[in-house]
Amino acid sequence: MIEVRDLFVTFGSGARAVHAVRGVSFSVAEGESFGLVGESGSGKSTVLRAMAGLNREWSGSMTVGGEFLGKRRRKQFHRALQMVFQDPFGSLHPRHTVNDILSEPLAIHGIGDVGNRISRGLEEVGLAPEHRFRYPHQLSGGQRQRVAIARALIISPSVLLLDEPTSALDVSVQAEILNLLQRLRRERNLTYVLVSHDLSVVAHMCDRLAIMNAGRVVEELNVERLRVRAPAHAYTKQLLRASLGYDRAEADTLEWFD
Amino acid sequence: MNTTASLLEVENLWVRFRTATGTVDAVRGVSFSLGRERLGLVGESGSGKSQTGRAILGLTAGNGRISADHIRFDGLDLARAGDREMRKIRGARISMIMQDPRYSLNPVIRVGEQIAEAYRVHTGAGRWEARRRAIEMLDRVRIRDAEKVANLYPHEVSGGMGQRIMIAMMLIPDPDILIADEPTSALDVTVRLQVLAILDDMVRERGMGLIFISHDLNLVASFCDRVLVMYGGQIMETLDASRLHEAEHPYTRGLLGCLPDLRSNADLAVMRRDPAWLAPVGGPRPGSTP
Amino acid sequence: MAEMSPQETATPSRARAWLLSSAPQSVMQARCQRLYLSARAFSHNPIAMAGLLIILTLLFVAALAPLITSGDGTSQVLRDRLLPPGAAHWFGTDQLGRDIFDRIIWGSRITLYIVTLVAVIVVPVGLLIGTVAGYLGGWVDAILMRITDIFLAFPRLILALAFVSALGPGLENAVLAIALTTWSPFARIARAETLTIRNAEHIFAARSQGASTARILLHHVTPLCLSSVIVRLTLDMAGIILTAAGLGFLGLGAQPPLPEWGAMISDGRQYLLDQWWVPTVPGVAILIVSMGFNLLGDGLRDVLDPRSGVG
Repeated sequence: MIEVRDLFVTFGSGARAVHAVRGVSFSVAEGESFGLVGESGSGKSTVLRAMAGLNREWSGSMTVGGEFLGKRRRKQFHRALQMVFQDPFGSLHPRHTVNDILSEPLAIHGIGDVGNRISRGLEEVGLAPEHRFRYPHQLSGGQRQRVAIARALIISPSVLLLDEPTSALDVSVQAEILNLLQRLRRERNLTYVLVSHDLSVVAHMCDRLAIMNAGRVVEELNVERLRVRAPAHAYTKQLLRASLGYDRAEADTLEWFD
Repeated sequence: MNTTASLLEVENLWVRFRTATGTVDAVRGVSFSLGRERLGLVGESGSGKSQTGRAILGLTAGNGRISADHIRFDGLDLARAGDREMRKIRGARISMIMQDPRYSLNPVIRVGEQIAEAYRVHTGAGRWEARRRAIEMLDRVRIRDAEKVANLYPHEVSGGMGQRIMIAMMLIPDPDILIADEPTSALDVTVRLQVLAILDDMVRERGMGLIFISHDLNLVASFCDRVLVMYGGQIMETLDASRLHEAEHPYTRGLLGCLPDLRSNADLAVMRRDPAWLAPVGGPRPGSTP
Repeated sequence: MAEMSPQETATPSRARAWLLSSAPQSVMQARCQRLYLSARAFSHNPIAMAGLLIILTLLFVAALAPLITSGDGTSQVLRDRLLPPGAAHWFGTDQLGRDIFDRIIWGSRITLYIVTLVAVIVVPVGLLIGTVAGYLGGWVDAILMRITDIFLAFPRLILALAFVSALGPGLENAVLAIALTTWSPFARIARAETLTIRNAEHIFAARSQGASTARILLHHVTPLCLSSVIVRLTLDMAGIILTAAGLGFLGLGAQPPLPEWGAMISDGRQYLLDQWWVPTVPGVAILIVSMGFNLLGDGLRDVLDPRSGVG
């Protein structure tokens, strides 16, 4: 479904160039859920944004559904691939009601039957009809993220890119959103690419994952290897141990990987 | 070292906000004591954990009112202390670290000078003495090449280093109590471990009392000595951190059940909230607002 | 504090309940609610309300001019030249025996005509240039902003004078000249707002949905620029009125016998010492209306500012 080969992303040029992604390759099968894990600055979100067509400073090759992606994307491309952003406060237009937000993708792609699609879309993500005409500031964080998911799904894409979809939410809300995403994937046979810094979220959501550090993939592994806590690369091991909680001995033996 | 003697005693603390549509009680009758220990304050957003931390230092926002039977610290009642007394305590004897260091550091002053300034304000030491202590302190929070870092501006350091600089600045006056509000949630897991190790040392070596406010149950369970679980402005239960996973209160159990687990991808438990958790409590003590 | 939402206070009427309902049933209701909350915040600001009152009075007077006045303000009665204010002529008469009160009232229509036309031209032009420059950046931004800077660099009245001299005197040309000298700050404001908005997540979200640049500018960026532009517009109204009056004063705006306030001052200036009311009354009219717009603008800024929390 998705092929990424030798992806490089460089911002700026000359001596001040920032090499955010340096040669990343991975592939995701149809209906699979793939995780990209890394710390801040590892380039994981940049990969996702390059895939969504949100930056043009990339080189390499990317295909989605067998079609090569160019720097400029055709409208049809966006019907197949949608994205959910990290910050549910920032990703919804503050002056648009939920109704406006959900009708926007339908208007862009010239899809009719707006009223019915919106009420079905709201129902699918567990929002009540009464939320339909509210502004984002009248919704809780979890409700906003549900709106963002409904917006991404309303034009029935086959691939969903998820950029830290729950990192701004409380754990109880995170659980609801993760369950919702799992259910939607099963029901619609969606393909997910999930970016997160949280290994347990990725382990929960994904079948396979790649660990990124400093713009490169250091290790690609099956989630089973993560479950038995047996990754191969030293960086992954350290990340795994560090994410299990505080351990004084661990804190003294941290290494730096570049 | 005596860990049971209490540094701080909070009794029946209320924080009430006046809004356009009525009053909201963010903290409702919270009582606890803090020894020379790592005390975790966990809860979700809106549970009142941050407001509890702020109220101790009288840092509640303008439209909020603090009241308490007492907030006892070293023979003083902070709930009734005047502005001048509070200023002497804030920063010098009780310090606070916020989540994002970028907003707490002055962007146009080199970090070394900011730390030195904090030391001079509280001790009246000379310029050179203060600078020496500032660099020593940066060293203590495990910043490599402290001399060089002291000459950087806040925007030139990473988030993790910024937070360590902030901690150095808060710790240089040698406070008795440190209130850390989500000090590590903006940091990467590996940097987080280092920052926690520094706080750990301060408690163990210098007998500081630490109030560690966090939403992360796993982290609090592994880092703290004792945990207060807050919900709806009240304390649901108090437990030993090492026994957090054996908690009995349905709210704590619910929070633990929500956490995704490395081991499985089964659907996560969804929290069912019970109105009975929020036991009716008497209002704040009348007339005790400073 | 989601779980502790404060109790709604008593709801006296159904209209109020409808306006404050937390579950609006239609787009219309949601928009009305926003409007109501803004209006409520606005009405708590006495100075802004004073400004609003002045502007409403202006609109009212202009609309009812034929009912309030006895003529159209141009009929000359040379027998009654330069009469002082009194029962027959509230504001006195001018050098041609025209009733100054009538002329002020009819002049309010001209003032409104000028500010409305200028606003209609200036706001879309400023928004278009500012948002395009801010959103696209690069050489488009450089070119558009240099053009804007050129217009900003000239004193407004001088530039307007140059345009009117080129276009020929007259009310329409004055409007055009004022518009040409007024749009540039709006482009600057729209650009500044756009620069902060363009990297917001919701703009990325719109892009990732496949929205075209035109659509993003029109549906997503412009609504967020609008409030600062409107505030700036009301604050600029005074300047527009003064420029129009200045052009009128120099004989380059409305032509006689149109009762334009600036032209009235100009015509009456030689009588300032002996018949003070002739130039003073239109002067005061300009002062009051300019102040009204200024106060209104200040109030709107408090209400519309997205950082103030009401929006």
